[in-house]
Amino acid sequence: MTLTGWLQILIYFAVLTALTRPLGGYLFRVFSGEATLTSRGLGWLERGLYRCAGIDPRAEQGWIAYTLAMLAFNLVCFAGLFAMLLLQGHLPFNPQNFGALTPDLAFNTAISFVTNTNWQSYGGETTLSYGTQMAGLTVHNFVSAATGIGLALALVRGFARRSAQTVGNFWVDLTRATLYVLLPISVVAALFLVWQGIPQNLLAYTSVTTLEGAQQVIAQGPVASQVAIKMLGTNGGGFFNANAAHPFENPTALSDFVQTLLIFLIPAALTNVFGRMVRSELQGWALYSAMAVLFLVGVTTCYWAEGRGNPAFAALHVDQAANALQAGGNMEGKETRFGIARSALFATITTDASCGAVNGMHDSFTPLGGLVPMTNILLGEVIFGGVGAGLYGILLYAIIAVFIAGLMVGRTPEYLGKKIEAREVKLTMLALLCLPLSILGFTAVASVLPQGLAGIANNGPHGFSEILYAYTSATGNNGSAFAGLSANTSFYNSTLGLAMLIGRFAFIVPMMATAGALAAKKYTPPSAGTFPTTGGLFIALLVGVIVIVGGLTYFPAVALGPIVEHLALLAGLQY
Amino acid sequence: MLSHLRPALVLFALLTLLTGLAYPLAITGLAQALFPKQAGGSLIERDGKVIGSALIGQNFTGAGYFHGRPSATTDTDPNDAGKTVPAPYNAANSAGSNLAPTSKALIDRVKADAAKLQEENTDAPVPVELVTTSASGLDPEISPAAARFQIPRIAKARGLDAAKLQALIDAHTQGRWLGLIGEPTVSVLALNLALDAAASP
Repeated sequence: MTLTGWLQILIYFAVLTALTRPLGGYLFRVFSGEATLTSRGLGWLERGLYRCAGIDPRAEQGWIAYTLAMLAFNLVCFAGLFAMLLLQGHLPFNPQNFGALTPDLAFNTAISFVTNTNWQSYGGETTLSYGTQMAGLTVHNFVSAATGIGLALALVRGFARRSAQTVGNFWVDLTRATLYVLLPISVVAALFLVWQGIPQNLLAYTSVTTLEGAQQVIAQGPVASQVAIKMLGTNGGGFFNANAAHPFENPTALSDFVQTLLIFLIPAALTNVFGRMVRSELQGWALYSAMAVLFLVGVTTCYWAEGRGNPAFAALHVDQAANALQAGGNMEGKETRFGIARSALFATITTDASCGAVNGMHDSFTPLGGLVPMTNILLGEVIFGGVGAGLYGILLYAIIAVFIAGLMVGRTPEYLGKKIEAREVKLTMLALLCLPLSILGFTAVASVLPQGLAGIANNGPHGFSEILYAYTSATGNNGSAFAGLSANTSFYNSTLGLAMLIGRFAFIVPMMATAGALAAKKYTPPSAGTFPTTGGLFIALLVGVIVIVGGLTYFPAVALGPIVEHLALLAGLQY
Repeated sequence: MLSHLRPALVLFALLTLLTGLAYPLAITGLAQALFPKQAGGSLIERDGKVIGSALIGQNFTGAGYFHGRPSATTDTDPNDAGKTVPAPYNAANSAGSNLAPTSKALIDRVKADAAKLQEENTDAPVPVELVTTSASGLDPEISPAAARFQIPRIAKARGLDAAKLQALIDAHTQGRWLGLIGEPTVSVLALNLALDAAASP
């Protein structure tokens, strides 16, 4: 660990915090329907889309109609992408002449992109045409992120509105998020990334004769346009197999800095949007603080663990010490330009958010270094979290936190002027319990079936970690992997596809029911007995609830994987 | 649900046209106009022929060239389409080794590579990047320490002065952005091109 390494982490956090309020203000204006620079420029497009689709933008929807609209849209998205992947060989922009995907891989990939997971069972440059990357994956990077933003807004409206029957209009939220938030930022980010060296062309792969006379085929394509929204929408599906570790997907330390910023940008700003909507920005900063604490603990742990290097190399005459001429540390599966600090930072951010892009291979992280990304996802993707998904996730945890606080003093809990009663707590727990059911259930099945065990790349406890990480990532809609696992089999493609569906929609439906129940409640003004939800006590309680409810559930499973492996590494065991 | 089908279908189709075609094609046009070199893959020419990309590592094995990091990329086995064979720096199939830190295969590989590198160069401890595979298998760079470690071998193979090689490394060392972001690196391909220009192999 070096001073420069720590500074890089702190600078990142400072820039993120500084951008949260301005961007939050912009998002708030966009979703309130106020005129902004972008709506003045693109308002004709928004109105045109509504006219063609027969949408009345002023018609509000109740939680059931909002949820059904969202489900209908996602169903159409899934069908469209599934069909496109099966017909790939007949579609344009395919200079490498890639054929159709197998049905199970197409199923897995379509679910993966619709649920904002972006798990890669495919290797981008060996499987997918430019047409699929653009008109398939890029589109879903936009709309799945916009869907998440809409859902979060619906839940926040549940808190903000009083005795209301409606939570917004899904079509309007979807359209505005795409046109006024995701598209403009993506255009700027994509051009910046091209400047940094990311290719953007439609040419066939380039064949070159190298300096030593060997043949090298260099895969390229319309990479920058895909990468910009892949980060901004916390999607994370790579244009290339190696994702953001590929020099064409993340060529410089500066492109890495910007990409990590894009991941947290909207999730962080949404905490401020939440604060503005409930008429107290401090409420938003309270959530931001809880997220920040968990983020900083994670990145510190990961940086410390990776910086120490691999103890098994100590006797092999390998220099792992950090000095002015090298980053040192555990460099297996990491890139020189990122070193340890940027790799640890990226791994923490991409799993705090449900992004899942990687700039280093998590499978080769030290056991404790790899435990950080795994734990981040297990906690429910609420440390900033996915675009929208992070906010609605942590709001459910906040409901549990005030409920527990209420139990301690024997008083009906309130949050933001809404009484939290049996119905909301039951629905919240239902949503939160879907996650361990899917993660632990599928992991248990895959750990005993031969089809599951066949995919393991590393022996010993690390093999179990690979399976646990896969279902954690799929259920958490993250998409990163302990990528040694051979997941492109019908068993893994279908079970991971189901885990992604459960993690997304079995969570969303009870969450939306909670939104509807909250919206209908009348406002209860705070009294002397109301637990304040902007102070340090609430933040500490919220962090505690996330760690205990989210973390302890998985402790036995985690103990069998990374923790056993850590002890084995210290004892000098090899597998 | 049925009443939602029309908006779902129409919005899906129109947003596909907007974000799936108009957006990437517009970015392609703008990128080609503003940054044609980068948009085209940062290709490098020597004597009128494209010899690689500035961003993509190459597999250097000759004693007279600086070597990059080990690469775990593979290619399809020409004899059996269901299997793969090692193909270092295969820029059409990026991948890492995904070996765990407790993997016997990893530790055996590092042990053998470290011994070989020490024999070829010097008895000093081997800088860690030279025995670890990169995440992409295409890492174009090594650390200044890893470049310096290889000076004895190259000095001997090319009959060049060690001080001159060190000066070349220094000239090709890229510092951190603003002195803060990233790590100091040396592009192996750029360094080897400079080496060829300084003294033929």
